[in-house]
Amino acid sequence: MSYHTQLSRTEETETESTGSPFAPHTEADVEAMLRAVDAESVEELFDVPNSVRFDGEFGIEAASEREVVRSVVETLGRNESATEFLGRGHYDHYVPSLVDHLADRSEFLTSYTQYQPEITQGFLQALFEYQSLLVELTGLEVANCSMYDAATALGEVATLSRRARSVTGDRVLVPDALRDERRAVLENYVGGTALAVEEYPTAAGVVDPDDLEDALDDDVALVYVENPTTTGLIQDRLEAVGELLAADDVLFCLGSDPIALSLLRTPASIGADAVIGDASVLGLGTAYGTSLGLFACKEEYLRQVPGRLVGASRDESGRRAYTLTLQTREQHIRRERATSNICTNQAWVALRTAIHAAVLGPDGLLDLAKECHRLPEVLARELDAIEGVSAPVRDGYHFREFRATVEPDATELVSELYAEGFAVHAIDADTIQVCVTDANENRAAELVTAITEVLD
Amino acid sequence: MQRHEQAVWNETSSEGYEPLLSEKDRTTIDVEFEELPDELTRESLELPALSEPEVARHYTRLSQMNYGIDSGPYPLGSCTMKYNPKFTEDVAARSEAAVHPDRPEEAVQGTLQLYHELQEYLGRIGGMDAVTLQPPAGAAGEFTGILVAKAYHERNGDGERRSEVIVPSSAHGTNFASAAMAGYDVVELPGDDDGRVDLEALRSAVGEETAALMLTNPNTLGLFERDIEEIASVVHDAGGLLYYDGANLNALLGRARPGDMGFDIMHYNVHKTFATPHGGGGPGAGPIGVTEELEPFLPSPQVEARNGTYELVEPEHSIGKVHGAMGNWLVLLKTHAYIRRLGDAGLRDTSAKAVLNANYLASQIDLEIPFGPFHHEFVASAGERDAAEFAKRMLDYGVHPPTTKWPEIVPEALMTEPTEAESKTTLDQLAAAFNAVADEDEETIAAAPETTSARYIDQTSAARSPRLSWHALSDDA
Repeated sequence: MSYHTQLSRTEETETESTGSPFAPHTEADVEAMLRAVDAESVEELFDVPNSVRFDGEFGIEAASEREVVRSVVETLGRNESATEFLGRGHYDHYVPSLVDHLADRSEFLTSYTQYQPEITQGFLQALFEYQSLLVELTGLEVANCSMYDAATALGEVATLSRRARSVTGDRVLVPDALRDERRAVLENYVGGTALAVEEYPTAAGVVDPDDLEDALDDDVALVYVENPTTTGLIQDRLEAVGELLAADDVLFCLGSDPIALSLLRTPASIGADAVIGDASVLGLGTAYGTSLGLFACKEEYLRQVPGRLVGASRDESGRRAYTLTLQTREQHIRRERATSNICTNQAWVALRTAIHAAVLGPDGLLDLAKECHRLPEVLARELDAIEGVSAPVRDGYHFREFRATVEPDATELVSELYAEGFAVHAIDADTIQVCVTDANENRAAELVTAITEVLD
Repeated sequence: MQRHEQAVWNETSSEGYEPLLSEKDRTTIDVEFEELPDELTRESLELPALSEPEVARHYTRLSQMNYGIDSGPYPLGSCTMKYNPKFTEDVAARSEAAVHPDRPEEAVQGTLQLYHELQEYLGRIGGMDAVTLQPPAGAAGEFTGILVAKAYHERNGDGERRSEVIVPSSAHGTNFASAAMAGYDVVELPGDDDGRVDLEALRSAVGEETAALMLTNPNTLGLFERDIEEIASVVHDAGGLLYYDGANLNALLGRARPGDMGFDIMHYNVHKTFATPHGGGGPGAGPIGVTEELEPFLPSPQVEARNGTYELVEPEHSIGKVHGAMGNWLVLLKTHAYIRRLGDAGLRDTSAKAVLNANYLASQIDLEIPFGPFHHEFVASAGERDAAEFAKRMLDYGVHPPTTKWPEIVPEALMTEPTEAESKTTLDQLAAAFNAVADEDEETIAAAPETTSARYIDQTSAARSPRLSWHALSDDA
């Protein structure tokens, strides 16, 4: 028998199974169990009327582990291989190997929500430390242990503004440069309330306090500002914005992320009431949008916070221990009066974020943030030297990314760069956006060469 | 009898268990950066500065102070804590999967093909005409489904009038909260004496204000709603839509499909039914399926196949978006691989063994278990004992306890779902744990747990004076 025949035989045997490979029952077990429940067959146990029984097939063929892995990996291989210089709210940074190895420990990965805190202290402590990290980075007193992503966190902060007693008004103001996806999700979250979402004018996301003031009136409940902006600029007048929004009846929410926050002004110091964003810039990378919604706010809004919170308590021996707390805010207790419907969240991503931050430590985190400023400044200068390219479009301090105008056609340039193995955003007919971090900077020089050649 | 001692890391002198990172080290650094003006940067940053070996040890110890499905049985009712195959983790960790969400569709054909295949698989499994994978969790699926129902009624000029969503009293709390978030008044429907929907109560609750009825089937008592076709016609005759909460779909895989029962909208909890790990609370994914009539209202974009290429398409009357990207893609990828691995035969066997396991376990427990016949779960009563205390004592027998005190129709409820993934031997251990606690005196039960990393934790005082970060702890000192 040849090697290949043997191989196909093995595969045949593997797929011959008529049951679930993850149900451990032997035939003898099944017989004994049926006897115990006084049934002749498993079919008998289904109390389902014949009229709604399903006797068809799904047409999904069982496959061995090896076959599934081979096939899925082969399909994934249809994704074009390209070095991404993409950002606009979703960022890639190198994730240390230790993050995978620790987060994949099955005591973490395969555990449920910590409704029995005595046996899940490890995860609770990790989430408490994640919350603590965000408290340090934002300067605000409260952070929850996750939302789904930045867009849903923005939606949640809008409905919080509705519930907070001190806040009045029906208008939610967002920058005109907000990502469409975040705006669309926000619209759905406020759809069940009297809130209406409106834009205020910005210069590519950068706030001018005078323009914002013009948009303000007594009816504004929430103002949302991103720092850095979707276009990669660091806001330079946040203090004035904070003063403008200092009144108790307006909620000032800042959008940011843990890496930017480790370098930039703390939200608390410029008067922000809440911070949302994508925390998975540490721990996960872009992952086609699988993310981690950061949510932090001042203590005065604690009772209105959506999602789970971990608090410190004591156990019977007098030692400090952790538990989910203030659960009366949540859906399983408060039902239709809950602060949010969120139940399953992104806890495991929060664990990854906490581990990544711990591996970096304060110096590593700050160095990474500094790189996020330096790299785009350098790359913009290099691109600016190419004939037909002007970069950056706007003066200002950049973080991770910048815009450049190109001649004659941005869309054409971007598709030709794809052919060369580089992914870059096309913003409009003559603008591209380029994001550079520790994850792709090793290929930045090649990108410059490719753009030079394409435009030549 | 199985016993188990969970790891405890502490120092006799310390007031806690494994110290916090911030107690191991707390380093303050000045934030100085010449390339940015001072007024744009923070002044300092105070975080633990530990070496990589120290970080590795910290989290390894924390993992030892945690309990997962690989540690032992986890029979939480309506949570479907089943074994999570490891090969799906490897697939999701592939670098080809970790692409940026803004890539143009022609550059992510592999990802979109897998999306499309999973939309198809889930459609067939649920008997639904179209599926969106965008909602990132079950509750998000409920919210999305109710938004679809709302958009449908509004499109029919019926949006104002249909202001109510009906939810049975035994439903998951998320049903109530999701309907309220979408702006609906929630009407609670009492159950009948045998634990199912009370048809008379339903008839009097539905009317021209009804937007939808949300239903779990089998319900949280493990009972199949036998009158489902009658329920569907009552709701449909009144112009309402029928919503299926997929939390208990594991009971019906390959045996019955929500679409065939008359449901118009359903969500799937892939982290329950399709074995993606719960990750200590998430991420999961909550795709929804709908009938052809509701397809135009699905979130944007849908993935469609045209001549062998995959395209992102905005449905005609789309509700817009419910997630900033395409949902929890890594979780969806694991779901795809799991469904492929099982195929028709494996999926059908899953429900068979899940229902056999629940019935067998129920038959071995010396507690009152009202109602029946059961499917994937049952609700035992701790009787005179407090269900929460009963559960704490079970921890000492090396098993995770069931869901407690819910649904409230059973006094001192112990809601138990063993799933298909437990062997007869493990079920016998579980039953022994239930029975041992049932025989124990109140004092022993009240002193539990003794074998877990922490002893009984006071949750009331944690809520009374919340301490939510290490900053709040040091303020105390």
